[in-house]
Amino acid sequence: MDPVAAKYIGAGLACLGMAGAGIGLGHLFGQFLSGALRNPSAAEGQRGTLLLGFALTEALGIFSLLIALLLLFAV
Amino acid sequence: MAVQMDPIHQFELKPIFTLGRIGNTEIVFTQASLYMLAAVALITLLTYLATRRNALVPGRIQSLVEMSYEFIASTVRSSAGEEGMRFFPFVFSLFMFILILNLFGMIPYAFTVTSHIIITFALAALVIGTVIVYGFMKHGTHFLRLFVPSDVPAWLLPLMVAIEIISFVSRPISLSVRLFANMLAGHIALKIFAGFVAILLSTGAWGILAPLPLALAVALTALEVLVAVLQAYVFATLTSIYLNDALHPGH
Repeated sequence: MDPVAAKYIGAGLACLGMAGAGIGLGHLFGQFLSGALRNPSAAEGQRGTLLLGFALTEALGIFSLLIALLLLFAV
Repeated sequence: MAVQMDPIHQFELKPIFTLGRIGNTEIVFTQASLYMLAAVALITLLTYLATRRNALVPGRIQSLVEMSYEFIASTVRSSAGEEGMRFFPFVFSLFMFILILNLFGMIPYAFTVTSHIIITFALAALVIGTVIVYGFMKHGTHFLRLFVPSDVPAWLLPLMVAIEIISFVSRPISLSVRLFANMLAGHIALKIFAGFVAILLSTGAWGILAPLPLALAVALTALEVLVAVLQAYVFATLTSIYLNDALHPGH
């Protein structure tokens, strides 16, 4: 296969990894909302945990985006 | 095409002056070193100004520094306990250093030091090195209990120990790659959307669409500021969680 074509296909495939981060973020905020609506008074104290989970989950999506970007521009 | 896209170019190190050489390796003072020195100077200045007059009713700078102090202190206390407070200066310095460097990176045309893996890996190696050295100093070989979960059937134990060791070894890698990848990918994405604006403007009639990527770039900038603060916080939180392992090994 043409190496340039393989590079672009690889970058596209790498972006699929972000789907996992999307599912994870949806779960994260959905579960937080359902918990927060049940007990709004306890929700405020868990905002730090929510943001920590957001950053940890988002980082995994960023990893695959990083691989795609490196394939596109650095390889 | 007149407009060239080169989003990696912003991460290039530019030497300012050469300090000397060891063998074939040149020791160069780059703009990254300059930014790090500036960050340390800014943090020192801030904390100096904040503690110069210890007013009972804090002024603007004093309350800024007091708020970040309280923020990190409560983080360390909740994840590493009262004993972990002896590591508070370490965690606080790490947090402020990473936060200021991340925020420096958000200034247009500025250089993002934390987008270089070697910088973040050095910080992560410092954290893990502290955990290992302090754990062995405080608990001796008892520290190795960290890798042996209690209440596990004997036949499962070899597998669990292997998993625990792998998870411990991957910590410095995940800690450094998380920060580095977030900064690198965020700044590349910003550059790409800014590049779309330039490309659309250079195509004549399609230039009408140029405000769309511009609006996205603005929104991404806001997200990047959030990520810059959040990643510094995550680094500090994970550091105190790992330090908790050194203080209280064993599950």
